[in-house]
Amino acid sequence: MQFTPAIQLIRLTKCFDSVTACDCIDLDVRRGEILALLGENGSGKTTLTNMLSGIYQPDAGQILLDGKPVIIRSPRDAIRQGIGMIHQHFKLVEVMTARENILLGQQSLIKTNPEDAVKAFGLKVGLNKKVYDMSVSEKQTVEILKVLCRGADKLILDEPTAVLTPQEIQSLFDTLHAMRKEGKAIIIITHKLEEVMAVSDRVTVLRKGVNVGTVGTGQTDRFSLTEMMVGQAIDLDVKRVETPPGQPLLRLDKVSAEDDSGRTLLKDISFTLNQGEILGVAGVAGSGQKALCEIIAGLENPSGGTITLDKQPINGLSPREIIKRGISMAFIPEDRLGMGLVGGLNIPDNLLLKTYRDQKGFFLKRKPARLEGEEMIRKLKIVTPGLNVKIRKLSGGNVQKVLLGREINLSPKVLITAYPVRGLDIGASMTIYDMLNEQKRKGVGILFVGEDLDVLISLCDRILVLCAGKVSAIVESQFATKALLGMKMTGLKTDKEDEYA
Amino acid sequence: MNGFMDQLTAFLYAAILASVPLLYGTLGEILSQKAGNLNLGVEGMMYLGAVAGFLAGYHTNSLVLTLLLGMAAGAFGAAIYALLTVALKANQNVTGLTLTIFGTGIANFLGEQAKLNAPMGTVFLSNELKALLSPIRVAGLSDLPFIGPLLFHHSILTYLAILCGIGMSLYLKRSHLGMNLRAVGENPAAADAMGIPVNLYKYVHILVSGALSGLGGVYISMVTASGNWQPNIISGQGWIAIALVIFASWKPLRAILGSLVFGALSVLRLYIPKDLIDIPSAFFSMLPFVVTSLVLVISSIRMKRENQQPASCGINYFREER
Repeated sequence: MQFTPAIQLIRLTKCFDSVTACDCIDLDVRRGEILALLGENGSGKTTLTNMLSGIYQPDAGQILLDGKPVIIRSPRDAIRQGIGMIHQHFKLVEVMTARENILLGQQSLIKTNPEDAVKAFGLKVGLNKKVYDMSVSEKQTVEILKVLCRGADKLILDEPTAVLTPQEIQSLFDTLHAMRKEGKAIIIITHKLEEVMAVSDRVTVLRKGVNVGTVGTGQTDRFSLTEMMVGQAIDLDVKRVETPPGQPLLRLDKVSAEDDSGRTLLKDISFTLNQGEILGVAGVAGSGQKALCEIIAGLENPSGGTITLDKQPINGLSPREIIKRGISMAFIPEDRLGMGLVGGLNIPDNLLLKTYRDQKGFFLKRKPARLEGEEMIRKLKIVTPGLNVKIRKLSGGNVQKVLLGREINLSPKVLITAYPVRGLDIGASMTIYDMLNEQKRKGVGILFVGEDLDVLISLCDRILVLCAGKVSAIVESQFATKALLGMKMTGLKTDKEDEYA
Repeated sequence: MNGFMDQLTAFLYAAILASVPLLYGTLGEILSQKAGNLNLGVEGMMYLGAVAGFLAGYHTNSLVLTLLLGMAAGAFGAAIYALLTVALKANQNVTGLTLTIFGTGIANFLGEQAKLNAPMGTVFLSNELKALLSPIRVAGLSDLPFIGPLLFHHSILTYLAILCGIGMSLYLKRSHLGMNLRAVGENPAAADAMGIPVNLYKYVHILVSGALSGLGGVYISMVTASGNWQPNIISGQGWIAIALVIFASWKPLRAILGSLVFGALSVLRLYIPKDLIDIPSAFFSMLPFVVTSLVLVISSIRMKRENQQPASCGINYFREER
């Protein structure tokens, strides 16, 4: 039987200046189907979905919805056509309740009232709860409700799992399956292969703005998908470098911290980081990872406990003093540029930020920084039009390479790195892991705050799990499983512990 | 004792009179900030409204034209601001400040021009026109002791200001359009994704906000200055109105209360017996700003998210920016 796809794209093209973000892309999604859209950063996934949700206008090509050609001029048009977009960065009004957020916009577009939608899909969210009181997964549920209440039958989810725990991801997938059963057409954007395999019916792979092929999920595997995505076979395994056990380097003993209003950020954190070790830190977003990094780097003062480096206490020292003693931090916040680099400066000037104090004389000497910058561009394969280009104009992965590269060039004893591969594709992530492993071999102690549990398990020696500001477990990675970590992240007890209790 | 009561009534009445232009300016600015646009041009829009309304009254003797032109002139100032900040994405602070300088200059220029052309070198409005804005008695209510003369013996512009405050409160809190507006000011990207026409909301509310400020200006030139044009007629009341927005924590009903407080502060020096307290009057003109600073300190300690400035206020919105 020949049936009409819910969404069909014919030779859709979009250019930005000289770059072709989407080049003649053909794609179709049927009702009652989940299509995974897979691709590296800059492969055109987001541009493609932005054209469907009315944020960008295509330069050429056609969009057919239920067989009829349409032009989508604005997000409002998209809603009218039954397209529901769930953005990677939530678009919610923080000071409003879930219900208010759902009812925003034109009333006539609301087909189902929120209570019914909550019931129909078995969702868990308090409709009268303010968004600023919600966890990440509750916020996502509100986003999903927004499109469901508008009667959207074509859903697009942009990297929906990026900030969720494994348990939350599972419940999201259950919701998606329930919606599929209702006959909705679903596109899910991701670059996590496990999730593609777990949830989708078919996969369309994009590479550099071109559709390189669509395959049934059942007929493929992780390796061939990667090959399609990257264009060459890639070793997917993140390797753990075995190093001889080293001396204790950094030690935290019952460290606590509070924010300005007295809310507990960290409570009784104790651990030891050894030389030549990668200690992973896992936890739901906002469990105290940021506070932990900032306290070790001396940006915030702990309210209790002691921190020692090489048996010397470093509490209360200024950040500059701590850097001198050999602790370096590379923190990649969600907006990537927020901490560590100045977007309006070029690479050499950003490198100078950490070294200018050591120079003598009134005027800056840029020459050494320029040489260092050139060296870094070559070594880390940073893609940039030139040394003088502002950092802000580089792509995310390249910015992250500069940040991490700068910290490594200071040859630290302890390297703190938070979310270093946030938003990066497989190729760039691998470069970053290699950089970290190289440091580990040199005997640097690395604190790796991460999001992807698979990576944490395979890269780190031990994994510390944070839950609501406390250490809920420190696990040797060879004994760690995703389920165990996930449970520790949410503060649930494992079955085994219950048996012993 | 009777003398004290009379003095108190006179003081409170003067406070209400002084609060009206502040309330118009504040309500206008609340609306603009709820749409995500911080407009520092309130003073300028009040000047534009004051001079346009005054000249319209001077030449036509028509109250309707006075009010309409005053509002139109305020809205015109707001339109310049909206064009620059919404369409052209210019910096909101700079644009607002420029609007204040522009409005002050042009109003003083036109006022002086009118004076030069007038027979005696002074321009004032006809008594018939002023009478239309003089206090009206409300049958029954105005005869109540104490509160009668205090609350029910006012110009229509005073009653209109209170109605605007109540109406705006209902609009923001209860109506669907008001909820959409709050979303625009809090998170325009979220509003846009929900199909709310963000720029349209901004334009409409910035224009209305300008019209309200213009009305405040008309009140100053017609009532406060009793229809007699003076240079620098607004003298900083637009700035007090902006401070009041913070004092009122972006709530129209609280703005009514706040404008009364600030109105009282601004007339206080006239009612303090000189033989008791003798300090320079500059001290009293400083008081509103001291109170605002205190409120800022207190409200930042309390930190309730709903009572803060709309999150995107002051930031222009580009849909395609990532």
